[in-house]
Amino acid sequence: MFESLSDKLKSTLKNLRGEGKLTPEHVDVALREIRMALLEADVNYKVAKDFVESVRAKAEGQEVWQDLKPHEQVVKIVYDELVGLMGGTSSRLVFTKQIPNVVMIVGLQGSGKTTSTGKISRWLKDNQERKPLLVSVDVYRPAAREQLRVVGGAVGVAVYQDKETNDPMTLVRGAVLHAQEMGFDTLMVDTAGRLHIDDDLMVELEQIKAETRPVEVLFVADAMTGQDAVRSAEEFHRRVGITGVILTKMDGDARGGAALSIKQVIGQPVKFVGVGEKYDAIEPFYPDRIAQRILGMGDVLSLIEEVQGKISEDEAQKQLEKMTSNQFTLEDFRNQLGQFKKLGSMSKLMKMLPEQMTGGLQMSDEQSAEVEAQMKRTEAIIGSMTRAERNNHKIIDASRKTRIAKGSGSTIAEVNGLLRQYEQMKKMMAQMNRGGLFSKLAGKAMGGLGGGLSGLLGGGGMDGLGGMFGGGSGSNEEFDNNYDETRDSLAKRLKKKKRHKKRK
Amino acid sequence: MAFFWRRKKDEDKFSSSILGLDKSLEELKAQEEAVEREIGVRFTKAIEKTRDSINNKLDTIFEGRKQIDEAFLDELEEMLISTDIGVATTMQILEAIRKGVSRQEINDLGALKAAMRKELLEILHHSEQRGVADERKYDLDIKPYVLMVVGVNGVGKTTTIGKLAQRIKNEGHGVLICAADTFRAAASDQLEIWAERAGVPIIQQKQGTDPAAVLFDSLRAAKSRNADVLIVDTAGRLHNKSNLMAELEKMKRIAGREVPQAPHETLLVIDAVTGQNGLEQARQFMKTADVTGIVLTKLDGTAKGGIAVAIAKELNLPIRYVGIGEQVDDLMVFDPESYVNGLFN
Ligand SMILES: Nc1nc2c(ncn2[C@@H]2O[C@H](COP(=O)(O)OP(=O)(O)OP(=O)(O)O)[C@@H](O)[C@H]2O)c(=O)[nH]1
Ligand SMILES: Nc1nc2c(ncn2[C@@H]2O[C@H](COP(=O)(O)OP(=O)(O)OP(=O)(O)O)[C@@H](O)[C@H]2O)c(=O)[nH]1
Ligand SMILES: [Mg+2]
Ligand SMILES: [Mg+2]
Repeated sequence: MFESLSDKLKSTLKNLRGEGKLTPEHVDVALREIRMALLEADVNYKVAKDFVESVRAKAEGQEVWQDLKPHEQVVKIVYDELVGLMGGTSSRLVFTKQIPNVVMIVGLQGSGKTTSTGKISRWLKDNQERKPLLVSVDVYRPAAREQLRVVGGAVGVAVYQDKETNDPMTLVRGAVLHAQEMGFDTLMVDTAGRLHIDDDLMVELEQIKAETRPVEVLFVADAMTGQDAVRSAEEFHRRVGITGVILTKMDGDARGGAALSIKQVIGQPVKFVGVGEKYDAIEPFYPDRIAQRILGMGDVLSLIEEVQGKISEDEAQKQLEKMTSNQFTLEDFRNQLGQFKKLGSMSKLMKMLPEQMTGGLQMSDEQSAEVEAQMKRTEAIIGSMTRAERNNHKIIDASRKTRIAKGSGSTIAEVNGLLRQYEQMKKMMAQMNRGGLFSKLAGKAMGGLGGGLSGLLGGGGMDGLGGMFGGGSGSNEEFDNNYDETRDSLAKRLKKKKRHKKRK
Repeated sequence: MAFFWRRKKDEDKFSSSILGLDKSLEELKAQEEAVEREIGVRFTKAIEKTRDSINNKLDTIFEGRKQIDEAFLDELEEMLISTDIGVATTMQILEAIRKGVSRQEINDLGALKAAMRKELLEILHHSEQRGVADERKYDLDIKPYVLMVVGVNGVGKTTTIGKLAQRIKNEGHGVLICAADTFRAAASDQLEIWAERAGVPIIQQKQGTDPAAVLFDSLRAAKSRNADVLIVDTAGRLHNKSNLMAELEKMKRIAGREVPQAPHETLLVIDAVTGQNGLEQARQFMKTADVTGIVLTKLDGTAKGGIAVAIAKELNLPIRYVGIGEQVDDLMVFDPESYVNGLFN
């Protein structure tokens, strides 16, 4: 899959070291790689060009911090610049006293307008104490209005309908009146998908806007969009004045460079991110996440911080020693599960990990739920063991198994499964210790996580994912090489820097 | 491919395979020529903006230059990137051009355009040779011929099916449509309207039904009604969701169990605005669903659909149809020459 930008830069810059300053040559070499990375992530070529120039201006002649290597420093500059450009988190819709406040949803065909209309209305109703009304003015696509009606039903939001007419203006006027009469404070107008070069339909949007004077015009953009994103966004913006962007289908594995392109050409913030087909699959937008995703860094920095925050280094150290000395008991296993759960859902965790770690795999919410359910069962089974059993699993004989199964509401087969899994895990840890993978990771305060993940994924019966940590030494080796110290050391150093700042 | 207009390797004109066997050769030829003309005109019109931009831009950036230098190649690179064909394919084309320039084979804009056209055509033709369901290999007695349409969300699967159904029906075949998107709101209502437009029957069940069950019903119905072709609409799914991909695999299995070798064709729909992620889409859908070809939709916009070229290059998957609008006859057989000529006329 993708080689991360940081790895690329590392190999290109590995011979350039120790001069204390980023020289123009360093920067040139690095910028070429950065440009390629951006293009591969679908950042528009013009936007990529401008971006690279602004990084150049910042990077040249900059002191290399003591703690960072040149490539790390460049990544840091690029990353900061990218986060800066993506803007703050602003998943707020601006409302006025006007009744109703109109929110227009616009965009290309199939981008996710109707689904997003449902998601946002639900969010407004549940979290913002708004009373929304929906109307579809898509009189063109087959069953488009019916779709919104079903969506409205699913999210419990009223939908205005007028089967008598096929005229968008009549529909929208009717909806405004209805909202005023019935006391809906927010009217969301789901418009038909259209091409930005379809003049008739763009005029129609202008008319709807003039008629309803919306407080928000939200442009729905598919995260998988390529180079053309700037054109459509620009034209929609020119015609109807976009106030915010909704970036949909971010649950896919697209790098999402279009987000940067769109932000750059229209200057309006991404307000929401769509992360699934269900109506609660909507999130606020975090510039740092998309920056990392575009650069192929995963959310590893924040992941490490989270891990560090939640697992004390001492404890990690203790666990590490246990793991490597092959004294890892079921009690330890249970502790790890507990720590692991603190980190949140598996699918979220997987999204945060860099691609080298996951091999590009992602976990769906369903799989995540499955692993979590498995974790719960495992915890219950271990919970039904006595302390003696937890500290020495070998004493668990048939009658003990029967008792444990009963106590945890599971079957003997499940108890056996768990014991097998635990033994495998132990074996794996010994292997890994030899390979040095997790000792390295764990040494960097990821002991709990590494162990927990490997146990869960290696033994959890999830084939594809199992391979990623438990898949034997071959993949581990690759992982070992790739991972090196780049990210975690960067994070550590950044953290040091932060501490430093705090002291000031 | 058994049913549609397709250029045969050894013939210059389009030919229809099992269709129109009752017509005389002259009639057929005249008909094909008319179709080809129409395709040419509409296709060119559809991608005119694309051609405009690329062609004119080439002219503009070459203007005032005496020769093809690095600065020009840089601009060319940007232009290629802007079509979404990706960094790798762009580099391959630029490499060929650099070679041509250094060998003095490419000295002017005309030669350069010709070289680019040649590179692109090679990619597209190569993909046609491998992995294509070839009409001549098919047993024409296959009945029902099962055609599955897959892809990520919102790319145009359902719309394409409406258009395809009409095409196939117009060629004298009995078509049945299977509404196996039981997930998205009103997906089945949407397909029903398309079925009406095309004048073909549809098998559907209520939202939330197991799509495999609808497929099963449809396969049975197709057999009992003696339908020639069964077109299966599937729910949009992102290729990285393993549960949804497994669902697709299950559907494939069920089809194969009910009708030997089914699905006989699986079309992956790719939206022309798609960027580099399209490659991964194709890779994953090929893996689980044995995709046999691409439908490139929404080519009536300004996006150039270059990712389909990258897919053809990397995965040897041919582009079969292009969607150029939202009306029932806005589906064309993909023709590499028209596509590439459209870019570099
Ligand atoms: N995976 C995923 N699918 C999404 C998301 N948002 C929308 N979709 C899906 O994308 C497809 C198109 O969504 P719609 O809401 O119908 O898109 P639209 O823009 O209203 O489409 P038109 O009205 O036809 O232009 C559907 O299959 C949705 O379920 C998302 O965030 N993630
Ligand atoms: N301009 C244009 N629009 C198209 C084309 N093909 C499909 N569309 C539009 O794209 C939108 C999505 O099309 P659908 O057929 O619903 O897409 P789908 O893949 O079935 O979507 P899901 O089932 O939700 O995944 C609709 O608004 C279609 O009218 C095309 O070739 N050109
Ligand atoms: Mg819609
Ligand atoms: Mg559909």
